[in-house]
Amino acid sequence: MYEFDIKAPSKLGKVVRKLKKDEDAVVLGGGQTLIPTLKQRLAAPSQLISLAKIDKLKGISSDNGVVTIGASTVHADVAADGAIPALSALAGGIGDPSVRNRGTIGGSLANNDPSACYPAGALGLGATIVTTDRKIAADDYFRGLFETALEGAEIITAIEFPVPDKAAYVKFDQPASRFALVGVFVSRTGSDVRVAVTGASESGVFRWAEAEAALAANFAPEALEGMTPSGDMIGDIHGSPEYRAHLVGVMARRAVAAC
Amino acid sequence: MTQVSMTVNGKAVSAPAEGRSLLSTYLREALQLTGTHVGCDTGQCGACTVHVNGKMVKSCNMFATEADGAEITTVEGMANGDGSLGVIQQAFQDHHGLQCGFCTPGMVMAAAALLKDNPKPSEAEVRAHLSGNLCRCTGYHNIVKSIMAASGQDVAAVAAE
Repeated sequence: MYEFDIKAPSKLGKVVRKLKKDEDAVVLGGGQTLIPTLKQRLAAPSQLISLAKIDKLKGISSDNGVVTIGASTVHADVAADGAIPALSALAGGIGDPSVRNRGTIGGSLANNDPSACYPAGALGLGATIVTTDRKIAADDYFRGLFETALEGAEIITAIEFPVPDKAAYVKFDQPASRFALVGVFVSRTGSDVRVAVTGASESGVFRWAEAEAALAANFAPEALEGMTPSGDMIGDIHGSPEYRAHLVGVMARRAVAAC
Repeated sequence: MTQVSMTVNGKAVSAPAEGRSLLSTYLREALQLTGTHVGCDTGQCGACTVHVNGKMVKSCNMFATEADGAEITTVEGMANGDGSLGVIQQAFQDHHGLQCGFCTPGMVMAAAALLKDNPKPSEAEVRAHLSGNLCRCTGYHNIVKSIMAASGQDVAAVAAE
């Protein structure tokens, strides 16, 4: 690692001020992606600003059909919560137990790894990303591989999830990293159906519109028989684009069956 | 360098650390607690697993300064007060739960975290819980057996097929 200092302010305003003053400063959440990145010298921040001492960013609350999860809430706590069972199951399947004790939902969404699970959960539930400046609909938030709508000194403070009537997340694990080779989150609320896919597309997490239309007409696995998404899929040593496109169909049908 | 203080295995400790110092480096180099092993240093193998405020974490994937004020337990804290092996350690010895032994500190700490929350885990639960702990001798069957035995369960049927 290159050399840097770590600051851990206890006020969110101080974090934002530090980021505005120093554009090479980087926010440290749980560090489960950032620390390995720093070890490989893929980043050289001037300083890390830790969110660990800002208590109001932690915790889960439910009110009026909306579950609000603080950005610094670790995966293990979301897994144990159960207010939205599909989301808790998703959180309980991220990485391994040690990663789930450190990694945070805000960190995952800010990083927007194309194979991460949480982006599928946020998009698949139509969540709202709450930041220090505004509220961003998940549909407007994800902008491609590791790209989001977040501006320079903007920090996620919470994520608001509307409680669905039914939802499920099914992923095909990449067994070494336990990231999703392909993961599909399906939810239904009234007549509104959402299908969000992670791990598959060259453009990052996406909503599979054709599948949503088919499921809106008939919410059953058979409605997706033979369907695969269009668009450029990721091809790497773990799977070809054709393989991933096929997996999207399979995972989507399994997710609908699990709803 | 900043002074970092924490409680390790019940003892208050304090030592200077750089911002980039990992908790694993702090434990091994500043405190000379070399039972915590650094295997991959990428956060994948779990040999460096310790408990921070009762939760298992990979000490190579956390900065020392982040553990300031925390309660840490390492494998050195797993033996009984008189120095004899703790229940989990004894079970690893009895059931040949280690071959080269490099992953063992992490396996023991992972096992302790599991049994604290789930005193009688099923074989499947043990295997799922170990998803972040790699044994490059591939001695998993006996590791699972050791953890099941440490929980007081019959292990005759574990990995029998």
